[in-house]
Order: sequence, then C-alpha cells, then structure tokens
Amino acid sequence: MNDTALPALQIEAVSKSFGAVNALRNVSFSVPRGEFFGLLGPNGAGKTTLINSVAGLCRLDKGVIKVMGYDVSADYQSARRALGVVPQELVFDPFFTVRETLSFQSGYFGIKNNDDWIDEILAGLNLVEKAETNMRSLSGGMKRRVLVAQALVHRPPVIILDEPTAGVDVDLRKNLWLFIQKLNDEGHTIVLTTHYLEEAESLCSRIGMLKDGELVMIELTDRLLQRDKECLIRLRVKALARTGLKPLESVLPDVLRVDSNEYLIRLSSPSEIENTLRDVRELQYEIDAMETENEDLEDVFLSIMKANPDHCE
Amino acid sequence: MSGFNTLFIKESLRFWKVGFQTIGAPVLTALLYLLIFSHALKNRISVYPDMEIDYLTFLVPGLAMMSLLQNAFANTSSSLAQSKMMGNIVFILLTPISHQALFAAYISAACVRGLLVAAGVVIASMFFVSVPISNIFLILFFGTCGGVILAALGLIAGIWAEKFDHIAAFQNFVILPMTFLSGVFYSVESLPPIWQIISHINPFFYLIDGFRAGFFGRPDVPIGLSICVVSMVSVFLSLGCFSLIRSGYKLRG
Repeated sequence: MNDTALPALQIEAVSKSFGAVNALRNVSFSVPRGEFFGLLGPNGAGKTTLINSVAGLCRLDKGVIKVMGYDVSADYQSARRALGVVPQELVFDPFFTVRETLSFQSGYFGIKNNDDWIDEILAGLNLVEKAETNMRSLSGGMKRRVLVAQALVHRPPVIILDEPTAGVDVDLRKNLWLFIQKLNDEGHTIVLTTHYLEEAESLCSRIGMLKDGELVMIELTDRLLQRDKECLIRLRVKALARTGLKPLESVLPDVLRVDSNEYLIRLSSPSEIENTLRDVRELQYEIDAMETENEDLEDVFLSIMKANPDHCE
Repeated sequence: MSGFNTLFIKESLRFWKVGFQTIGAPVLTALLYLLIFSHALKNRISVYPDMEIDYLTFLVPGLAMMSLLQNAFANTSSSLAQSKMMGNIVFILLTPISHQALFAAYISAACVRGLLVAAGVVIASMFFVSVPISNIFLILFFGTCGGVILAALGLIAGIWAEKFDHIAAFQNFVILPMTFLSGVFYSVESLPPIWQIISHINPFFYLIDGFRAGFFGRPDVPIGLSICVVSMVSVFLSLGCFSLIRSGYKLRG
C-alpha cells in the first residue's frame, strides 16, 4: 500500500549481524516525506549496512523496513521503484557509454523512451559533453556524477546518497548539492550519509547518529546545534605575577592550552562566562582578549561519540 | 522496455561489443582444432564406416557443440563474476527486475552467444568440408539445451566465485574435462567398454550425441534417451540456479 500519510522511510526494530559482528542493533526511526535527513556516524557505525538493508542489498536478521509504505522484502519490486540509491563505492560497467548506462538503468525499471529525463539529468549534473563517452574514460568525479544520475533515472520519490561527495572537488560538490536541493524542493525525500559534517549541517533538517550499530541520537538539526547550549571561550592572557602562578588548566575544568598565552575553555552555559573571567583574574592573569565560539555540528558529533568511546572505531 | 528485455539486450551487447574475442576467436580456435586433428588423425580413426563420413566431417558438429558449451558458460560466469568483483552488480540488484527475469535474461544472452559461435563454426567449416544436415530441429533442440545447461552452470559458478581463479578452476577442472570426454573427437562406440560406461554418466555426451545426430541422422544411443537426459539436466540445473538467485546467496549480504 502507498498511503500518503505513511512516512517515506520506516525502519522498525532492524537488526543485522555478520558473524559475530552486530552491524545493526534494534534500529528504529522514520523519515517523513519530503525531509532532507542526515545519517551520521563514525566508520563502522552501520550506516552503509542500514542503507544496503533499505535497498535490499542486505537481508535483515530482524525487523521491517518500508519505503513509501512498501515492505522492502515482501513487496520488493514496489519498494525498489520508489527508491534511488547512490552507492558509496565508485562502481561502473566498463562496456558502456554514459548514455547507454542511463538507458539500461531506465529499462531495468521498465521505463521506455526516457531520453528527455536523461537529458535533463545529464544537464543538471554537467554531464552533457560526456554522454557518449565510455565509462572507463571518465575521471573519478565524473563517475560519481553518473552514479547520481543512475539513481535518478526512474524519478524515485526517495533518494539515498551514501557519501556522494567523497573525493569530489569543490565545484562538483556545489553543483551536486544544488541539484539535490532542487530535487528536495520538488518533494523528493533525501537521506544523506556524509563525513563532511558542514554539509549535513547546512542541508539536513534532521539528523540521526549511529554508533556501533545503534541509533544513539535523532534530532532536528537546529535543536541539535543548541543542545545543552555549551559554549567555548578563547582567552588571551598576560601573567601579572612573575612567580607562583598556577597554569589555568591545572585549576579550572575543561581548559585546553592552545599556546603559552592562549586558552580554550568549554563552559556548560554562557552564564558561566562572568564567573570564569573572575576566576582567571583571581589567579593573577590579566585578560588581553576574549572570543566566544559557538558549537558546530562537528563539536556535537564528537561530544555524542565521546560519550561512549569504547564503541568508536 | 521490460527489465528482462533490457538485461537481455545489455548482456548481448556486452559480448557483441568485443565480438573478436567472444565470437571470432572461438570460431578460429575450433577451425584450428579441425585442421590439426583431421590431419593428424584422419587415417587412424574410423567413424561410421557404413555411412562414408570422413573424420573431418565427423569432427564439425562436435567442435561446434564444444564451442557452444564453452562460450555459453563463459558468458554468464564472466559477466556475473566481473559484475560482482567490480561492484556494478548493484545496478541490477537495486532494480525491481524479478528473479525470473534476471535468470532468463542471463541464460538467453548466453544461449545467443553459444549458438552464434556454433553457427560460425559450422558455416566456416563448410568452406573446407560438406556437412550434411539431417534434422534441423534436433540441432536446435540440443544446441539450445546445451546453451541453457552451460549458461546455468556459468551462473552458478559466477554466484559462487569470489575471485576469477574460482571461475578458471570451474572451467578447467569441471567443464573442460567433461567436454573433452563426451565424444567431441571420437564416437564412444570406438571406446573400450569401461570408458563407454563412464561416458554414459556424462550428460555432455548426450548433448553432443543428439546434436551430431541432427547432422548425420545416426546417434550412438537412442535419441529419445538423449532428449530425456538433456531435458532433465536442463530443468534440474535451471531450478538450482534460480533457487540460488532467489535466495540471494552470495549476491545479497
């Protein structure tokens, strides 16, 4: 069934192991239609296993996955028609040109006469000049664009991109995101995994974090960035006394000495700034300069992953 | 265009684009076998003395079938193994192509390649020798069944293989001995009784005997037996291969 109220992606109690390794442990979440969702996690967290499970490349040990309401196992043909996947590996068929590759991919989905849409994709991904070029002759970045094009030939409502900008130059990355953003604006649901956290921060409206096969956090990006309202201050100080000074890091918590006169101090909230400055002065330091720094997604990601370091690779 | 049509066309284009290697080379190899074996053995081996068929003529159907079998196997095994090892198999696994369509497309394209090579061998041989055709339906039936059997074996090998060495092992230690020991270069009637019995266990023997009967009208074993054996082996291997595809064994993690 394909009730419009159903989420684009529904993952319920999914587990998958490879021998003794538990790649996914009871993962559950859903992605509403039209969302730009980010799936983050360190290497080995289970992101690709989860994507492969959604795509039917992996058989689940337990749980249910539905794409646009279609069970990826029981109704695999409908589920796959609703899904476009850009794989992480740079794979290609060396026998064919770019256009042949896209025509075949359309045919696999039972689509005839798809040339207009193929031309539009080629233009959107700056591949027009390479349309008749054999896949073997393309650069890595060009091959990556073809992978994206292959995932789009059947106009899937749900698109999964598994680290699509790995090893890609800045220009292409910009173009790619403009194109994907346009698809999202047109109503396509996008699920993105990436190691470039600034990409996730700027593109994704919601982010899920996997660690050691478990979903450890799922939150709106805005809320995630305001999480705990931690703040960082950068202080440049001058010693007032010549002897008997205690280094700041030995007295105050969460202090990192950047160089001989510069310190980075993490505070649990901005209201602690005043007290911290007073403590610094009482330790016989004069404050030359101070900057506050807001946490970005990378800081949040690292603090969540640090919460249980044994699970990180 | 349905998934089956697309995959069939893609698999056919895959070998057609390198036709010198996939069609031309096997035809040339078969012709070299024909020249060398016929010159070396024509006065030592007597075949069908009552029918006045010389050894050169006798060799042609066997060589054509041998080439058909080897190329049908090579097409599915190399295509699938290469796709698995290069990772581009995902472009097929991510699509809604049914298990039946996937199986049928691979098998059909391999049969086309095998039949093209066999036709090439027969046509090229006709420049050197006159080959009679007794029953075209038998030729097509055994040719197609040979293609299906070896294409299914190729798919099984491609699914099972984790490196090209595994395909080469399957080809050299299973397919090649079974082909050479099936009566390509001789009539099993000329063998000692024990080797005749062993040959009769080899399903490739029935393929070649039935195929050759289509040319000369004279099988070594009753043609009905060959049709039964070949049909049963085709169905058995096809079902086995289809089950592997449906289960996702070594294709889906």
